[in-house]
Amino acid sequence: MSKRIDVKDLNVYYGNFLAVEGVNINIEAKSVTAFIGPSGCGKSTFLRTLNRMHEVLPGARVEGEVLLDGDNLYGHGVDPVTVRTQVGMVFQRPNPFPTMSIRDNVLAGVKLNNKKITKGAADALVEKSLRGANLWNEVKDRLEKPGSGLSGGQQQRLCIARAIAVEPQVILMDEPCSALDPISTLAVEDLINELKDEYTVVIVTHNMQQAARVSDKTAFFNIAGTGKPGKLIEFADTTTIFNNPSQKATEDYVSGRFG
Amino acid sequence: MTVTAPVARKRSALTKGQLPAFAPYIVLAVALVLGAAILALIGFNAFGWGLVSAILFTIGLVAWSGAVEGGRKAKDRLATCLVVGSFLVALLPLVSVIWTVLVNGLPGIITPGFLTTSMNGVTGSFDNKSVDDGTKVLGGIYHALIGTVQITLLATVISVPVGLLTAVYLVEYGNDRALARAITFFVDVMTGIPSIVAGLFSAAFFFALVGPGTKTGAVAAVALSVLMIPVVVRSSEEMLKIVPNELREAAYALGVRKWRTIVKVVIPTAISGIASGVTLAIARVIGETAPILVTAGFATTINNNVFGGWMASLPTFIYTQILNPTSPSNPGPSSQRAWGAALVLIILVMLLNLGARLIARIFAPKTGR
Repeated sequence: MSKRIDVKDLNVYYGNFLAVEGVNINIEAKSVTAFIGPSGCGKSTFLRTLNRMHEVLPGARVEGEVLLDGDNLYGHGVDPVTVRTQVGMVFQRPNPFPTMSIRDNVLAGVKLNNKKITKGAADALVEKSLRGANLWNEVKDRLEKPGSGLSGGQQQRLCIARAIAVEPQVILMDEPCSALDPISTLAVEDLINELKDEYTVVIVTHNMQQAARVSDKTAFFNIAGTGKPGKLIEFADTTTIFNNPSQKATEDYVSGRFG
Repeated sequence: MTVTAPVARKRSALTKGQLPAFAPYIVLAVALVLGAAILALIGFNAFGWGLVSAILFTIGLVAWSGAVEGGRKAKDRLATCLVVGSFLVALLPLVSVIWTVLVNGLPGIITPGFLTTSMNGVTGSFDNKSVDDGTKVLGGIYHALIGTVQITLLATVISVPVGLLTAVYLVEYGNDRALARAITFFVDVMTGIPSIVAGLFSAAFFFALVGPGTKTGAVAAVALSVLMIPVVVRSSEEMLKIVPNELREAAYALGVRKWRTIVKVVIPTAISGIASGVTLAIARVIGETAPILVTAGFATTINNNVFGGWMASLPTFIYTQILNPTSPSNPGPSSQRAWGAALVLIILVMLLNLGARLIARIFAPKTGR
């Protein structure tokens, strides 16, 4: 239950502003790929194009192809809603639905789409997803309590449980740990390691140790200057990026001698 | 090594140069006495006493504070006096209105049958008789209560869907397009329409549509909707705007369609604010008199059909009872009924507000562990 992503010559625009230029990348199925790079270089923007969340913003558009197991996400007549059921996303800040209980948050993908589900199947799905997100033991006794009462780290894992409950092929994570403390971060990182057995995971992070810890491959994005488009500088195995990068900019960035 | 015992002092060195906590009360007492004395010279009245005392209190406290505590503290006390004074001034009319309506309205309301009978068949001779013999005042507001509730309910049923859907369009689909900007502009214009104009519009509309002289509760409800819709649009729009975009994105990322996201995530998150906005809109129109007079006419009998025949309402009932007393020679009973109706109207609005708070609490995003 996972698919590979191949991106060909992708340009991302906000209105007339070219934000990310000429990205070519091949992301393997059942792997963890990390995007690193300085702020504003377009990693998150690029990530959002992988499940067509980018176009939610007014004036945003893309040129080029994103192939999910060979099918172009931006092909003619492709419904973004179908894309998003296959490519899930976890955001930077935990955003559980405040009007829903923990259980309803996990079931949100099912319930909001008015899919019929028996109570037994729903219970099983809630337990499976929460176990998958390493949260089951902490919340199993208070599933009917509101999700907003959890701690930040628990909320983020609840959002991950919510994302995997719709059984996507790919999970995108946009700096999932930037609002969390080290212990919650560790829990999420462990979770990412487990998720890659079943899903293709793409994670944006500012924390290079995190990229080194969790990812199989790493992509380094950079920007030439303010107002210039971000570009993919180097994409290779994580060990290569951190130990033996081929580009000077990558080496400067990962060794902290940036700028 | 000697142990120095802490010096026993009455006041801490850290609080030196401050007025004692009871200082304002001393100044207040002095100001009240002085105020009474000054007012006694020019003729005593309670309002003048309060005003003069307040001014004396402010001057006295600020001057004393300036002398003992310095300029910064004195300014602080002056600001406090102004803030509290403004609060009291703002509260005065409210308390006065509630007090007046309570005192004048209670005798009407506790008269048996006031809430359960109409004015059908109640003529001036009954009023004259009740004044002469001191018996209870006949007649009641049942017909007006029915009319107010039905007209307002119908107006709400018309306005809430129109207003809420307009707000949804503006926030979720408008994208600052020309149409959205035009709607915003005209909604703002509609907010300022005088209520009599709304009444005339509705009356003219139904005269043209149904026939001249069409006066029913429904016509009044349409007039009230014209007044309600902009309020509902405005408040719902603000409430929908403050729903965090992250929640919309979270729903989209789960593969939820936009309309489902709006119906199941955005509106539930904002529902408590929308509910209070709707209640405020109802409270705004429930006391309208002029548009109802020109659209629903005035009735003294019970009319349960909002779509046919003239209908009474509480504001028009008050208006006619005061302006054309049932017994011109003895306006007392009419005036008592009018005050009673006013009290009922205020209680209705108060219940609406309480209801809105209840709804807001029930629907509010839940917290707690």
